[in-house]
Amino acid sequence: MRVAFERQKYLIDYTLAALLRRKTRNLGLLLVYALLVFLFASVLLLSQGLRREAAALLQDAPEVIVQRLAAGRHDLLPADWLDSLRRIRGVSDARGRLWGYYYDPAVKANYTVMAAAERPLAEGEILIGAALARVRAIGVGDVFSLRAASGPPALFKVAGILEPSSELLSADLLLLSESGFRALFQFPPERYTDAVLTVSNPREASTVARKIALALPSSRPILRSEMLRTYDAVFDWREGVTFLALAAPLLAFAVLAWDKAAGLSAEEKREIGILKAIGWETGDILRMKLWEGALLSLTAFLLGYLLAWWQVFHGGARLFAPILKGWAVLYPDFRLTPTVDPGQILIVLAVTVVPYIVATLVPGWRAAIADPDAAMRG
Amino acid sequence: MIELQAVNKRFNPGQSNECRALADIDLRLERGGITVFTGPSGSGKTTLLTLIGCLARPTSGRISLDGRLLSNLPERFLTEVRRHTFGFVFQQFNLIRGLTVLENVMLPAYPLGRPYRELTAGARALLARFGLEPKAGSKVEWLSGGEAQRTALARALINDPAVIVADEPTANLDSRLSREVLGLLDDLAAQGRTVLVSSHDPLVFEAARVRRRLELRDGRLVGDHPC
Amino acid sequence: MLMSPALVALGLIAFVATGAVLLACGFALRILGCWDLASGGELQVRLERRTYLISTLLGFALGAELLSLLLFVHTAESLSSQFVGAMCATGVLNANAFGFPALLLKIAVFFLAALWLLLNRIDNRGYDYPLVRLKYGLLLALAPLTVAEATVQTLYFLGLKPDVITSCCGSLFGADGRGAAAELAGLPPEPTLVAFYGTGAALLVSGLAFRRRLRLGPLFAAGCALAFGVAIAAIIAVLSLYVYENPNHHCPFCLLKAGYGYLGYALYVPLFVAAAAGLGAGLIAPLGRIASLRAVVPGEVRRLTWLALGGFGIFYGLATWVIVRSNLVLLG
Repeated sequence: MRVAFERQKYLIDYTLAALLRRKTRNLGLLLVYALLVFLFASVLLLSQGLRREAAALLQDAPEVIVQRLAAGRHDLLPADWLDSLRRIRGVSDARGRLWGYYYDPAVKANYTVMAAAERPLAEGEILIGAALARVRAIGVGDVFSLRAASGPPALFKVAGILEPSSELLSADLLLLSESGFRALFQFPPERYTDAVLTVSNPREASTVARKIALALPSSRPILRSEMLRTYDAVFDWREGVTFLALAAPLLAFAVLAWDKAAGLSAEEKREIGILKAIGWETGDILRMKLWEGALLSLTAFLLGYLLAWWQVFHGGARLFAPILKGWAVLYPDFRLTPTVDPGQILIVLAVTVVPYIVATLVPGWRAAIADPDAAMRG
Repeated sequence: MIELQAVNKRFNPGQSNECRALADIDLRLERGGITVFTGPSGSGKTTLLTLIGCLARPTSGRISLDGRLLSNLPERFLTEVRRHTFGFVFQQFNLIRGLTVLENVMLPAYPLGRPYRELTAGARALLARFGLEPKAGSKVEWLSGGEAQRTALARALINDPAVIVADEPTANLDSRLSREVLGLLDDLAAQGRTVLVSSHDPLVFEAARVRRRLELRDGRLVGDHPC
Repeated sequence: MLMSPALVALGLIAFVATGAVLLACGFALRILGCWDLASGGELQVRLERRTYLISTLLGFALGAELLSLLLFVHTAESLSSQFVGAMCATGVLNANAFGFPALLLKIAVFFLAALWLLLNRIDNRGYDYPLVRLKYGLLLALAPLTVAEATVQTLYFLGLKPDVITSCCGSLFGADGRGAAAELAGLPPEPTLVAFYGTGAALLVSGLAFRRRLRLGPLFAAGCALAFGVAIAAIIAVLSLYVYENPNHHCPFCLLKAGYGYLGYALYVPLFVAAAAGLGAGLIAPLGRIASLRAVVPGEVRRLTWLALGGFGIFYGLATWVIVRSNLVLLG
């Protein structure tokens, strides 16, 4: 056991020295390798961060949202529904929500406009999201004008900017008072966009949803767990597609690795011949070659992964953000919470190291089976 | 004691470029002393040494070492035998550039996994014996020819082999350095090791312990002269 | 179809490993046909040199197969949030007809691959390739399984549709259901626990005896196989109840959830390693009669036996800890 361990130490020692002797040749491969790890790790770290962010957001989302459908089209929800909803067993509270999208031709983007029942806002006051404030270049105290449904522009005083910590959610958000909202959109009284329910036992949410659908046939209950599932599936899908798209560079890398490993220099061939003549066995050379791959892989992995980690969590994840976050004009500018997940590391290793080993094994073996008497025959 | 019976070696058998390197060699080599293989280049001296030193397997025939048949063993086991029984010195020195003298001397012991401290101590002792201690940390490409061949000799001895196989050890050295290396081989024979040398350098016969001269021509043994 | 990096990685591993095994099979056929150690001919030298490549290649491929079982289970568990009705890996595996067959095939490949790797390891230390025919014969038996595993796994992944409503573990591992899983769940707790600890004690005794007399190898291997089966049954029938502190929740997969401190991994990993090591130790013990392995096999067997006993020890220790610590009272 000890002997085997010592032997591996000697092999590593020799391999390291050999790698350093051929610095320039190996550096190029190392950089390409690290870049590949960087790409895969970026995708995984970013989507993992986004998934967590979305889950954290939904944590605070209502258990059940109820919409009213008119023959499948979303319709306004009458206020008396709230009472019927509250009467359903398991529902502890029901609130109506007022919200809608607003298209602003000036920045060619949709805002989410919402009545904030829980905030003390006067009718002419407004709270805006940080990304929106950036795009429109306005701050607290400025006047914000919106086209009103009644014709002339409605003017609102910006009472505050929503704090950036919740920016993923609030980037494009406008908060108004209820009366302000109804006036702006000429929203009919006693009507709401939808309703949110609080459920006494979250595990029973699906039972509650079934009861609602029975009691109010034109209603559509939406569960938080369903939204979570949709988010998960969307992120997984995008991740998977990005992974497949990275297959082409992966293949190119494998070809490069094969080429590098197969194109042994005359000097290296001579060295292997000498080693075999002085008592190294085919297996020893092969193990040395495998250590070479392992050392290179490890360095590339550390380099690429750390770089990806840095760019995702501190560099704003500019690289894959458009693919993974989806496309939007008002990009939220947010920091993801740094995480490390062993499963993820295993996946990155599987998709980068496995092709590398496959590509270099055969050339390494070819080198290792050199005739031991080659050194004598010169 | 090494024994060869009806040993043949062909390269590329069955192909148009087939070449018979050795034909029907029968030979017994006793322990100890220096045995010299002579003959013109291409006569099969080196090939014979590779077969004796377990670097290659014969195409046919039997080779045995101390009564143990080696010729039909797989390469893996031959390496095992070679490591412990034979030390090699080559015409071209065959040191690995970029490594230090000490590292080069230690190389044959790496696959054996001996403890590091013990191994470096052994290697330093060998270097001291050949007057190379001051050079231990320098890279081999800066050595002179004589120093390089002495380093190679130290490397051949690191696993304490019973047999030293030296293929034209003086071919790249001038007369003074040749005498020096031959003197060292003579010392090894004096310690009881078996030394097998291939050479067509007449200086070789000056060594005191040359016991036997074997002459090869066209892959056949044509002369066996005790000295 | 569902797509996620873990599925891509699992697919890649299965594809590469199957490729490697099939490649090696071609070589195995030539080995079985032309191997002649006594010959120093070109063909034999070529074959010998190729064994280095093939055995390294298979070392990687089958090693990856071992890891892929873990990744597979982990992935099934983590996908459970994406299926309506799935609470844990059971639901995900149940999402189509190929899920459980894929898992069972992966487990079968796990054990055979472990055995092959062990044979390879020993063979590489005997100077005259003592197991070469046995090793490549076993490879030919392993190949169809690997192909089946890769195929079934691919069918399973391709057939994963998130909108299919699957069933949760309650319906599969319910004591009043039908099928093998329900049968296991319905085992009475007290006799099961008696059998569980009885097998453990018997295994310990046979392991200690085996260390002295290598002839008892097959007995120890059989004991390990039995102990593995009993352990799985005990997890479903009794241990799970203690973990969940619920007399009706029999699922062996919910254990893997973060909510139970990933207890499942701590139980299953030592159990699988111990079973593989024990089977291996018992089955290779008779090989000690081969001359070139006489020096290798006893040490290897002793190490593996320790590994097996240690693994089962961790498993039994953890199981006992779970039972003692639980608030559930099953046995009056």
